[in-house]
Amino acid sequence: MTTANERITQELRQRARQLLESGQVAAFVGYTSGSMPMVMQPFVARTPEETDRLEWNSFCVLNLANYLPALLKSLEPPRRPGDPPPEGPLPKVGVVATGCWSRNMVVQIQENQVQRERLVIIGISSRGMVDRKKVLGLVGHADVTSVKEDDNSLLVKGPGLEQEINRWDVIRDNCACCVHPDPVIFDHMIGDLKGERKLGERFKQVEEIENMSVQARWEWFTSEIDSCIRCYACRNACPLCYCPTCFVDDSRPQWVGKSIEPVDTAIFHIIRAYHCAGRCTDCGSCESACPMGIRMRILTKKLQKDVLELYGTEAGMSLDTPLPLSTYKLDDPQDFVLTESLKGEKK
Amino acid sequence: MLDKAGFEDWLRELAGQFEIFGPKANDRGIVNWQKLNEGELPDERPGVPKGSIKTFFFPQPETLLEFSARPGTEDAFIPHEPGTEHKPRLVVGVRPCDARSVVLNAMPYEDDPYFHKNRQNVVLIGLACRQGCSTCFCTWTGGSPVGTEGLDILAYPVSRGYVLEPVTERGASLVESAGPGNDATGAELKELEEIRSKAPSSLPETMELAPRLREKGLMDLYNAPFWQQLSDSCINCGTCTFLCPTCYCFDIQDETLRGKGRRIRYWDSCMFPLFTLHASGHNPRGEKVKRVRNRFMHKLKYFPERFGPLSCVGCGRCVRDCPVNIDIRQVINELLAT
Repeated sequence: MTTANERITQELRQRARQLLESGQVAAFVGYTSGSMPMVMQPFVARTPEETDRLEWNSFCVLNLANYLPALLKSLEPPRRPGDPPPEGPLPKVGVVATGCWSRNMVVQIQENQVQRERLVIIGISSRGMVDRKKVLGLVGHADVTSVKEDDNSLLVKGPGLEQEINRWDVIRDNCACCVHPDPVIFDHMIGDLKGERKLGERFKQVEEIENMSVQARWEWFTSEIDSCIRCYACRNACPLCYCPTCFVDDSRPQWVGKSIEPVDTAIFHIIRAYHCAGRCTDCGSCESACPMGIRMRILTKKLQKDVLELYGTEAGMSLDTPLPLSTYKLDDPQDFVLTESLKGEKK
Repeated sequence: MLDKAGFEDWLRELAGQFEIFGPKANDRGIVNWQKLNEGELPDERPGVPKGSIKTFFFPQPETLLEFSARPGTEDAFIPHEPGTEHKPRLVVGVRPCDARSVVLNAMPYEDDPYFHKNRQNVVLIGLACRQGCSTCFCTWTGGSPVGTEGLDILAYPVSRGYVLEPVTERGASLVESAGPGNDATGAELKELEEIRSKAPSSLPETMELAPRLREKGLMDLYNAPFWQQLSDSCINCGTCTFLCPTCYCFDIQDETLRGKGRRIRYWDSCMFPLFTLHASGHNPRGEKVKRVRNRFMHKLKYFPERFGPLSCVGCGRCVRDCPVNIDIRQVINELLAT
């Protein structure tokens, strides 16, 4: 008996091998397992043989779209600033994508960070990924040395520990409230598309906080981020964060203080979240990467809810859906965005 | 030897003289350094707390000086020593690896007055390890689960409480202040002997890594082929450096707010591109692969060549919390094989 993830792993290796062998792609981005149970290592296979290391399981949580802009650039022939772009097609990259990651790729394409024609996307409809921190919480933060996965359960082992856990009890918060498990763009699918999930309470986590008093909300926010060490794992795990110099790093001008003073940490988290408004797909990469267990994706989820309510749109659902906060139209119904001269021209 | 109640009483007494810190679980179950309230004992679960002990010696941030930032006033922008002084600190439940990191950091910080002032003001009471974690490897780096380097007192956990071994003079006078305590029973002496003589089976076998890595050709390690694939996975966050007890790099900035200014020293990370950005715009470590390589080369090659030991105590924090499972033990093996 093989599990669904084992079958996906087999097919993924075959597909990736084929792509590299035939020269269709120069590199393939997937995951491999490393030394720690429950932490998968994003992995770039550059030879057909290396594809045997690819693996798929419930701990593939770091959004692979994150690696694409830099990887694609690294495969281009070197050129100096001002040199013309190279002629002919550029090397392609193969990549695995579930619903949210494929939507991040759409956003990256729309924001000109990635070119669709340079990607070969292997789609997988997501069953939802497991939250390692929830598992560790259930076993009292014990030293876990192995986790064996079945379709619906996890067998967690460590010194003096052997516990079976229902996988659906430890699913990541973002996966539990996800309604778009299917990739929106892909070149090959592994398994079938599952269709939209029907879910009554997509924004329950956000609504609970919205319903608090202003004071209680502020207290929730400050206590949520008070253990932040400003390592920026959340930012660096995010496929939306590709600015050459981030506002928190910039010192001329200096936008925000650099230490862990509460006010500086708060500004970092608020601005990081706002920068993702209308672009975030709730992939949960930020939260999964955080070493301190901060649930910063509740902030971006709130913005996702606002954007859906205000603009009736969700990030990356198709290449033709404009990004709500970076789209500019001369006949914008809210013409405060236009300068006087543009308004004049319109008349 | 002090039983648990005796140890508690002792801490209660010391609380007059010291602020007491120790490993303590927060509401998310994460164990980290926190102030211990009266009657609280350090969390003793195996392994190290989330953050490293460096926070007591190399605080995030450290105020180096203060100044008035109101132009026109007589003392405007004239720096003076920071006014905030705190009581001496006593940290309990310190694992030997963490304590050793203080000694290693003192090497590059030899002439650093701030670091040394903090060392004078912080007393470390260690907790010997009866059990290692799957991420522990102090035995590779020159440490030991019962090591005393950097500690003032080492406490051995036995059934009823702790056997205290003074390491420094100030440790000895504190142990003296605890009074005669309880007599250890035969069984407890046997326990003590066992902890001292037998390294936990979960720890990897002792390796003399530093001399082996010092012998390797620097450029051979630098040009080793594995760096590219290793850095492919890295997201260049600062988790490893900020949790690491022996990462001691910093940056300095002046901050002003409502007429008050201060110069702070705060943690920086070689993983961040701005770490090495020159004023000219040139960046000698502009690419991720160079930054990843530098972090490991610093700990495993440059530091040993300059100071002798590795700049790593094998606490395993970076292994435990790296979001992409980059494992310094694998890097060590790659370097040994180069």
